[in-house]
Amino acid sequence: MLLGPAIDLLLEPFAYQYMARAIWVSALVGAVCAFLSCYLILKGWALMGDALAHSVVPGVALAYLLGFPYAIGAFTSGIIAALGIAFVRRLTMLREDAVIGLVFTTLFAIGLLIVSINPTSVNVQSIVLGNILAISDDDVTQVIVIAAISLAILGLKWKDLLLAFFDESHARSVGLNPWLLRVLFFVLLSACTVAALQTVGAVLVIAMVVTPGATAHLLTDRFGMMIGLAMLIGAATSALGAYLSFFLDGATGGLIVVLQTLVFLAAFVFAPKYGRLAARRSARRSAEVIR
Amino acid sequence: MMRDRPTPSIEVNDITVSYSNGVAAVRNATFELGPSTICALVGINGSGKSTLFKTIMGFLTPSAGSVRIAGLPVKAALRQGLVAYVPQSEEVDWNFPVLVEDVVMMGRYGHMNVLRIPAKADRAAVDQALDRVGMSEYRTRQIGELSGGQKKRVFLARALAQGSEIVLLDEPFTGVDVKTESAIIDLLRAMRDEGRLMFVSTHNLGSVPDFCDQVVLFNRTVLAYGPTATTFTEANLAQAFGGLLRHVRLSGPDLHDDADQRRVTVLTDDERPLVLYGERDQEKHVNPDRSETP
Repeated sequence: MLLGPAIDLLLEPFAYQYMARAIWVSALVGAVCAFLSCYLILKGWALMGDALAHSVVPGVALAYLLGFPYAIGAFTSGIIAALGIAFVRRLTMLREDAVIGLVFTTLFAIGLLIVSINPTSVNVQSIVLGNILAISDDDVTQVIVIAAISLAILGLKWKDLLLAFFDESHARSVGLNPWLLRVLFFVLLSACTVAALQTVGAVLVIAMVVTPGATAHLLTDRFGMMIGLAMLIGAATSALGAYLSFFLDGATGGLIVVLQTLVFLAAFVFAPKYGRLAARRSARRSAEVIR
Repeated sequence: MMRDRPTPSIEVNDITVSYSNGVAAVRNATFELGPSTICALVGINGSGKSTLFKTIMGFLTPSAGSVRIAGLPVKAALRQGLVAYVPQSEEVDWNFPVLVEDVVMMGRYGHMNVLRIPAKADRAAVDQALDRVGMSEYRTRQIGELSGGQKKRVFLARALAQGSEIVLLDEPFTGVDVKTESAIIDLLRAMRDEGRLMFVSTHNLGSVPDFCDQVVLFNRTVLAYGPTATTFTEANLAQAFGGLLRHVRLSGPDLHDDADQRRVTVLTDDERPLVLYGERDQEKHVNPDRSETP
C-alpha cells in the first residue's frame, strides 16, 4: 500500500507541537486581520494599515531590548505613528499619503537601527519577515489575548462600525459617536498588526489586512457575508500556508500571502457578479440585445 | 405609532460658528421653525448652508448662541432620535456592500439593542417605509446600482423608518429627474401633513414656492425668514444671491396690448426658474408647467 506512507507524510507536521501551534495561531491571526480588512478596503485606508505595520517595529525592538512584553512596545509606537501623522498633516499643507509615507518610513528606519545596534536582542528577520514556527509561549499567549479581545469587540460593534464608516451624519443622528468608533477601529488595527507581526512579518502584514477583504468584496453585496467570507479566506490560507511551509521549507509569511493572492485571482476571474468572466457574459448579453 | 413624542421645532438663537482658523462661517443667525412645516434653506454655494446643517446636527458647536431642537439641547435631541438626515449624494460611498433594505434598516439602529439585531417591529417599519417610497421591488439591490432619484428615495425611506419628527435634507433634487422630483415633493408634503418638520437645503429656486411653506434666505447669516409668499421675493433673493442669478423680465407692454401693467419675472441659477407674475410689488409665484417634454 502506497496510501499509508502518503497519509503519514501529510500528517507529519501535526506530530510536531510547534507545527500544530503555528497552524492554529496563524489561522486565528488570519481570521482577525481579515475581519478588519473588510473595513480597511472600503474606506481606502490600506496605506494607513501598511504604515501602522511598519511603525510598530521600533516599539518591538525596544521591548525586546528592555525586556517588556513586545505588544506594549508595538502598541505604543503604533499610537505614536498615528498621532505623528495627524500632527504633521495638521501643521503642513502636505497631502496625507506623503505624510504617512514620511512618518512610517522614519519609524521603520529607527526600528532597523535599534535592531542593528543591538544584534543580540532580537533577530531583524523575525520582525520584518515573521517567524511563526519559532513563536514562544509568551508570544502565543499575547496573540491569543489580542485576537480574542479584538474578535469580541468586532462581534459586538461590527454593525455600528459599518454605519459610522458608511454614513457618518446618519450615525450621529442615531446616537453613535463616529469619532470614537474610528479611534476604536485604529486601536484594534494596531493591536492586530502586532499579532500578525509574528506570523507574516511587518512587510507582509499589509496583505493580511487587505487581500481577504478585497477578495470577499468581489464575491458579495452583503457586508455580513463579506466578513464571513473574508475570515474564512484569511483563516484557511494562513493555516494552509503554515502547514505547507513545513514541506517547502519556505518562509511562512510568503506562503500565506501567495495563497491569499491565488484566492484573490480566482475571485477576480470567476466571481459570479463582479468577476471578469461575468463581466464578459453580461457584455455579450447586452450586445445580443442590441443586435 | 409613537405619537407621544415631543412637538418638532428648531430654534436657532443668535449662533456664530467659526472654522478652526477663526473665520466665522455663520454669524449671528437666528430663526425658529415649528411643526407641520416644510422650510427651504436657500443661499449660494459657500453661504454657510452646510455649516448651519452641521451645527443643527451637532457636528459643529457654535462659539456663541445656542441651537435647541424640540426644546432640547442638540445632543439630547439626537440621543432621542428626533432628527433624521438625508445626505447629499457626494457624502455617501456608493461602493459599500450594503443593500437597499440594509440602508433603510440603518434608520432603526436607534431603536435596537446594542447588538443591532432587528426585531419584528424593525422589519415591519422597513417594509412599510420602502413601500411608501415605492422602492420595495429594489430592496435587494446593492445601493450603488440605483439611479440618483432612487437613492434619494431610499434615504427618505430610512428617515421614515427612523420615525424622526424632524428631517434635514441636503440638496435633495441634485441629480434627480423631474418625475422623481415630483414624487419626492409629494412625499415631503405627506410627511408635513403628519406633523413633521422638514428643513430642505436647496438652490433649486423654482420648486421652492411649489412645496415649501417657509423660507430661510441665508448668506453667512439669516437675511430673511418667514412664509414663502411674503419672504421669497425678488428683492430678498437679489440680496441673497447678489448678481449671481439670471434675471429675465417681460413687462406689461411686452406682454399685453392694453394698459395691463402686470409683468413676468424669471429668476434662475440654471436650475428650475422662479417665475413671478403680477403688477409691480404685487407679483405672485407662478407654478410653471411641470411636464418634462413638450
